[in-house]
Formats: sequence, C-alpha cells, structure tokens
Amino acid sequence: MIRKIHNLLFGLIAFCVLGSPAFAGMLDVFKPYHPEVLISDPYIEMRTGPGRGYPIFYVAGQGDQVRVLKQRTDWFKVSTDRGKEGWVHLDQMRHTLNLDGRPIDFGEIGLGEFSNRHWEMGVNGGDFGGARSISGYLGYAINPYITFQLEATQILGSFSDGFMGTGNILMHPFPKWRVSPYFTIGSGIIEIKPHTTIVQAVDRKDEIVHAGVGADIYLSDRFLLRMEYKRHTVLTSRDDNEEINQWKAGFSVFF
Amino acid sequence: MESRFQRILLSVIALIMWSTTACPVAFAAEPSDLELEPLVVREPERRQVDVDKLDNENFEIGVFGGVMSVEDFGSDAVKGVRFAYHVTEDFFVEAVYGQTELGLTSFERLSGGSPLISDRDMTYYNVSVGWNLFPGESFIGGRWAFKGGLYAIAGVGSTQFGGNDLFTINAGLGYRFIATDWLAFHVDVRDHIFESDLLGTQETKHNVEFSGGLTLFF
Repeated sequence: MIRKIHNLLFGLIAFCVLGSPAFAGMLDVFKPYHPEVLISDPYIEMRTGPGRGYPIFYVAGQGDQVRVLKQRTDWFKVSTDRGKEGWVHLDQMRHTLNLDGRPIDFGEIGLGEFSNRHWEMGVNGGDFGGARSISGYLGYAINPYITFQLEATQILGSFSDGFMGTGNILMHPFPKWRVSPYFTIGSGIIEIKPHTTIVQAVDRKDEIVHAGVGADIYLSDRFLLRMEYKRHTVLTSRDDNEEINQWKAGFSVFF
Repeated sequence: MESRFQRILLSVIALIMWSTTACPVAFAAEPSDLELEPLVVREPERRQVDVDKLDNENFEIGVFGGVMSVEDFGSDAVKGVRFAYHVTEDFFVEAVYGQTELGLTSFERLSGGSPLISDRDMTYYNVSVGWNLFPGESFIGGRWAFKGGLYAIAGVGSTQFGGNDLFTINAGLGYRFIATDWLAFHVDVRDHIFESDLLGTQETKHNVEFSGGLTLFF
C-alpha cells in the first residue's frame, strides 16, 4: 500500500518535471540540429559521398530549401523536400542563405584562425642526442602570444630507450606571421632504460630542464608544420649535469 | 475497490498539482498586465543557422585483425585499435595500437634448445598521415557500386620487441569501403621497419602486416 503510494508519487513528480518547459529546454541538447537553408545560387550539386570523386546525382535549384544534416571535413550532407539526400561542398554552401534571406557565416579556416588558435595537438620526430625521438603534445593558448603545453617523448636509441614528460611554456612574439617563430622553456622528468642486450645497466630517472627555439608554419586548413631545437639539461645525481641537443619536426592540427 | 478509489483520488491530485506547477501562466495574468500592451512590436524570431552546432563527423575509431609476419619470428595473428581524424577530404591523421606474438625462430625450432627470448609479446603504436588517393565509387559488375577509396599512409612509432622499444617507421596502402555514413571497412597492408640487434648484429627488419577491420565515423 505504502509502496503503491510511493510509486504513484514518484510517477507524479517525474511527470511534472518531464512535462515542464525547462526540462524540454534541457533535452534540446540531444535533439539533432538540422537547420534549413535557402539556395541562392542558380543550383547546387549534390554528390553521393563527401568527396569530389563521388558523382553528382541530383541538382537542387535556386529558391529551394534544403535541410543540413551533418558535416564531414568540407562537405555538408543535405536533404531536399523531395527526400533526396546528398553531399554539397562548402564552396556552394557559402552561397546559401538563412531563411530570412541573410547570408550564413560558414566560417573559414585560414591564417586568422591559425593566429588565434586555442587548442592544438601534434606529433613530431627527430634526433635526441644521437637517439631517435617521437613526441606527442597538447597545447592550449591563453592568448595569441602565450601557450601552455604538455609533451610526452619516447626516446629510442641503439643502446637504450627512455621516456620524457615535460610541461612547457611557448612564446610567439609574432603570432600573425605565416611562419611564426617562438621561444620555449620547460621542465619535467626523463627516465632512461638501457637495452636488455647490455649487461649491468641500471635504469635512471632524473629531472630535466630545457630552453629552445622553433617555428610554426601554417600549411592550410587546420594543419601546421612545427620545427624545433631544444637544449636539455639533465639534472643528474652525479657530479656533472648532462647536456643534450634535440632537433625535431612534425605536424600539428589546431581546433 | 479500495485501490480503484485510490487511483482516481491520486489522479485528481496529480492533475491539480501538474496544472499548478507546470502551467502557472494560466493563473498569472492580472488585469494590470492586460491593459498595457507594449508599444514596440517584437521582431519575428531570427532563424540564424549556426554552423558550429551541426553534427561534425570527422573522427573515425575502429578495430582490426589480421596476420603479421615478423622477420625471423614467423607469422602470427595481429589485432589492434585505430583512431583517425579527417583534417580534409584528402588527408587524415591516424594513431594505431597493435599487438602480436613472436613465433619461434628457425634456430630455436631446429636446435630444440631453450628459447632465445622470454618476452614473446610484441606491441606497437604509431602515428601516421594518410592520403586518400583515388576517392570515389568502385563497381563490381553492373549492379553494385561501393563508395570508398585507396589511401597511402606512412608514419613513425615505436615497437616493443624482445623487451626493447625500437623506433619504427611504417608505410603502406589501404582500401576503405564506406558502407554507410558512419560505418566503413578497411583492408590494409603495412610494412613496419625497425633496426634490431636481438639476433646478434644490428640490422633493418621488415615486418609486413595484412589486416582487415571496421571503423565508425563520429
């Protein structure tokens, strides 16, 4: 009996909450966003897939409304009133309008976005004191000049391999340039593990600090090329610190 | 009987509560509100398209399995996961983690002695750039058209081989069959190249992998 009332009350509360307009607003996040746009060019070409290699199978004319379903790279999947679904390139989508006749801001990834990027991630490879190195990093720019970055490096030598994790600060004095130079400093840890074929070797774990210079070169879209030179100082427990030069280059994407 | 009365009673309470909590507007209008109509007519709601809110499907995640031939150690099953980001329609970046086992070398098999190495697991990871070479539709006979295309891919990574991590270059070709907007099948041939001194002398090893897999776009 009490259980029954419980269930009913619970149902009642759930009903009130689910029925309220505020909850309906919250659910909008999960609703697919399929806006309608107006074609202002004489026509747009719809392809069977998101690429220039796919055939055009349908043409929607000026004044038609199409519903935008999704995006992949520079291609937009649209559906027409007649139920045709196909992919349209960004260049043609730029000439579509809002339903009130005003242009739509499709954005453009270019030098401006490169200069004002916030998040970026990349991988690079190079030479680390005679060994090969592979690094991956994630960076966040608090403004166009200052970027904070976390970087993981695997060092692969003929006689030993190791891992290095560092936190870096980068300063780009000329962020608007297509080839944008920067300075970097950072610190972290390095762990060196000699190969199993070498006898009587012990693993070493040390702190490391570095300073370096580099350049980000904007390629196109969201791609950039990064080249960097760093001078590392390994703060060993022995009498002398160890100096290591690192040269590397790689690709990054920003978003 | 009793339960039916309860149900009716509670339904009435429910209706009253719902109408007072969820629909307060009906009771809120006071006479003073009705007298002062605003002079400024509200503009019709603008229906601006926000491109950033569109569903963006540039990521691809999937699994693969196949055969990997490790130089000197025979062929064995390989399995792994892959993750890709499509930067443009032509280029994508891909990260792969794979695992295979090392078989016996000819020496180990013929001599019948103890194995040369104890750790016979081989794992690798790599990060590569792929280039979609011939995107488009392919045809089988007159009735079947498949979306997809060939891609060339190359990158760097690391292989754990006999207890050591080795710098590894990979390069290969793959074919992506796009079944639906969100599902694709891959066939891949990849060479993993590294230098190893595990069997005495430092030499370049070629390890060819043949795999198939499926990926989801999201």
